[in-house]
Amino acid sequence: MRPVLYVLSFLAVLGLGFWAYTEHYNTREALRDVQALQTEIADLREALTLQRAEWAFLNRPTRLRELATLNFERLGLLPLEPGQFGEIGQVAYPAVEEFFGQIDNPVTIAGEQYPDREFP
Amino acid sequence: MIRTPLRPLARILSARENGENPDTIERENLRLRHEQMRDKARTRAETRLLIMGMAFFVAFSTIGARMGLLAATEPEEPRASAPGAEIIAQRADITDRNGRILATNMLTHALYAHPKEMVEPKRVAKELAAIFPEMKAPDLERRFTDGRSFMWLRRTLSPEQMQMVHDIGDPGLLFGPREMRLYPNGELAAHVLGGASFGAEGVSSAEVIGTAGIEKAMDARLRDPAQAGKPLQLSLDLTIQATVEELLDAGMKMMNAKGAAAVLMDVKTGEIISLASLPAFDPNDRPNPILPPGAEPGDNPLFNRAVQGVYELGSTFKIFAVAQAMELGLVTPTSMVDAKAPMFWGKFKIREFENHNYGPLLAVTDVIAKSSNVGTAHIALMIGGERQQTFLRALGLFDPSPVELIEAPYAKPILPKRWPDITTITVSYGHGIAASPLSLATAYATIANGGVTIKPTLVHRETPEPGIRVMSAEVAAASVAMLRRVVTEGTASMGEVEGYQVAGKTGTAEKPKPSGGYYDDKVVNTFAAIFPANDPKYVLTVTLDEPVETSGSKPRRTAGWTAVPVAAEVIRRVAPLLGLRPQVEATPLDGLTAVRN
Repeated sequence: MRPVLYVLSFLAVLGLGFWAYTEHYNTREALRDVQALQTEIADLREALTLQRAEWAFLNRPTRLRELATLNFERLGLLPLEPGQFGEIGQVAYPAVEEFFGQIDNPVTIAGEQYPDREFP
Repeated sequence: MIRTPLRPLARILSARENGENPDTIERENLRLRHEQMRDKARTRAETRLLIMGMAFFVAFSTIGARMGLLAATEPEEPRASAPGAEIIAQRADITDRNGRILATNMLTHALYAHPKEMVEPKRVAKELAAIFPEMKAPDLERRFTDGRSFMWLRRTLSPEQMQMVHDIGDPGLLFGPREMRLYPNGELAAHVLGGASFGAEGVSSAEVIGTAGIEKAMDARLRDPAQAGKPLQLSLDLTIQATVEELLDAGMKMMNAKGAAAVLMDVKTGEIISLASLPAFDPNDRPNPILPPGAEPGDNPLFNRAVQGVYELGSTFKIFAVAQAMELGLVTPTSMVDAKAPMFWGKFKIREFENHNYGPLLAVTDVIAKSSNVGTAHIALMIGGERQQTFLRALGLFDPSPVELIEAPYAKPILPKRWPDITTITVSYGHGIAASPLSLATAYATIANGGVTIKPTLVHRETPEPGIRVMSAEVAAASVAMLRRVVTEGTASMGEVEGYQVAGKTGTAEKPKPSGGYYDDKVVNTFAAIFPANDPKYVLTVTLDEPVETSGSKPRRTAGWTAVPVAAEVIRRVAPLLGLRPQVEATPLDGLTAVRN
């Protein structure tokens, strides 16, 4: 009985050793992955900060003002002025024709009627 | 163990035979037994103590070893847990009230050298001098070869410069990462932001510290690692700030002024929407000008006129005297006061502008509308110096502005040392007392806020800090109505902006000479405006330094001709940006009108 126990425990030690070995290397690989990901996150964050700064730089008011002046002919942008406020009542209802055309025209439908047939 | 009986029969019997007391034997045996028991207990206790000691020794040595190990090893970030955003951003960003970036960080590199590892110091010195204009080749070569092992070359590099240094290809040239402060809007709000520079520098990182403005005043908040991911939101509005600066710059040039300042403040919360001072500078490249001797501090572009510039603000102070007199019940808007000019007080003569005489009697409303020095002087004398000081102190005109700028606490208002009656008179029309445009805006905001003081702030906040009431709401409303008359029929007629009911007061003060006395042709013009007058929301002060308006036959230097048109244009452009819809002013009816068919 005893030798069997010895052999079994030896095998168990062997198995556990192998298990610990693989776990160890799996953990190290996971940590390496995490580190790589964190480096990537840090790089992306840095890039994001830079892009935000660039966005702010490109949208600085002085540059926008110059661009609006340069492209005045095409865009016709002017500073906001008090006269540009309007009342809701000043907005005219759109003319019906613009949207629907003449709606009093009769519509002619051509074809045969099959009330019991399904259309494809 | 063999247990010895206490009374062994053999010894007892022999003792009895010899006539001895057998109890002695028992006692003797009992003693021996006790000794035995004691020895055993002691051995046992000693063993236990030993084991305990061993356990403690092992425990403490484990802790000690662990501590030693921790102290001896290189620090390492925990790799298994995910860090937050705060590790990346060193210094918090600064944004405007809508979240647009005013200051952020950018990664760059510093250049340093290990001369001992350099292969060809001579060539390196030559090539570095070709890249960086400020470096001199012979100088660098001398420093590379004098036996030092480390030297800094540059604090920041552009990517192009870094590539060129890489191309030199010498192992003795090294780069250290740096986080650099970047102000993407350039000169915009430069005086508020201030600037930043490097503090303690190491090879792998450097401290970024604020050098002026809000960067320095809020340095602890901006560097707090717990709040690094959260930007500091200012009360400024980038669009409005840009508009104000643009218009102020145009106005300054048109009025031939050498400097200008403007403050736009929300009267309900005390938030400063725009704070401009011209000429400005670029905080990315903060200049360090050397001023010629005898120059005013205002000639330095770093000087924040709106906060640091304490000027005699002239007639803008008149409304304070009138408001206080109304609060004390001494006058009403319609009561008549003595306005006969010139007025004599002791050896002093108080005149009106251009030697006018608005007297003999003038209504209080007209004292403000016509800006009568004599009328204000009489009102101030009714109040008295003591009460006048208390009131002006409550308005914050005696103390530096509490705004979050590092320069603010040092800009103390200039006050008269003594306060005789003549001081009461001159202070009532803004002479002999100097305050910053920001302090003036704060005092006007108190009037516009229904008589309750507010604390000016540059940090965005939704709810105001509760202030103290210095005048009743009725008096505040009456004061605003008087200021409105200044624009509709008084000295600030150019300040009318259709739809926005501007109320305000002009102020023209001659600049004091350093040698004493005042200049005739150098003035500081101020217009302090409240709009819209029917429901005051904002206060704007515009200050021009040494303006002169030359469209007429002779140069004009009054605020009505210089600061007022500039302020009116600012209001016309800024009010829509603030979301204020122009309102048609209802003309009050002059009583009943008889109509006959």
